[in-house]
Amino acid sequence: MAKLYSKKALANTKMLPKKETINFILNYSKALKMVKVGNMNFELLAN
Amino acid sequence: MATIQIPDALLVKNYIAGDENALAVLINRHQSKIYGFIYSKMADRDVADDVFQDTFIKVIKTLKSNSYNEEGKFLPWVMRISHNLIVDHYRKNKKMPMLRETEEFSIFSVLTDTSMNAEGRIITEVIEKDLQKIIKQLPDDQREVLTMRIYQDLSFNEIAELTGVSINTALGRMRYALMNLRKLIEKNQIILTN
Repeated sequence: MAKLYSKKALANTKMLPKKETINFILNYSKALKMVKVGNMNFELLAN
Repeated sequence: MATIQIPDALLVKNYIAGDENALAVLINRHQSKIYGFIYSKMADRDVADDVFQDTFIKVIKTLKSNSYNEEGKFLPWVMRISHNLIVDHYRKNKKMPMLRETEEFSIFSVLTDTSMNAEGRIITEVIEKDLQKIIKQLPDDQREVLTMRIYQDLSFNEIAELTGVSINTALGRMRYALMNLRKLIEKNQIILTN
């Protein structure tokens, strides 16, 4: 049988970020707390 | 059955109120557009992921510190943040371009460590010591000219003035010094290469 040399389109029509990136963002959001003291904002990051 | 879509503004409000799931919904809803936009400018998946991540870190910080105003819509606001981060990225890379190691290109082909390794340093030390020993065996007048020229980097004019001889004599002494050095190296079978 003749070989097919044509490739499938490599580019995804729908570009999505990696799952790990999304998970990192969601976990970061859960871990981050902003505390306002006077005019200052403090970031508290719970690990 | 039609699904009811919660508007972005309400999700943002819920997120600020502490509903973490609201952020997941917002990301899920807009990730394709935002990531597509970033990727169209970066053309590198890893860098695009970094910028996407930084964009949402900024979004989270702004929302959690209550600095977000409802004037604009959520998506254009996020797009603007990512656009600014893309500009920052290119600005930074203009000063310090990032080179990625690939099969065709190795970073070590342009980046070399010219400093000597331990072995090289030891060999150089030995060579210098051997050379100093041989130089000591030269006649005084020749040794004087050679050290002035090589170690003190003086010109033959200066050497002639300092030693009180003509420039031709200084040149001649240097010539004989080098010839004698070669003889001594051969005689003692010293290897003076690294």
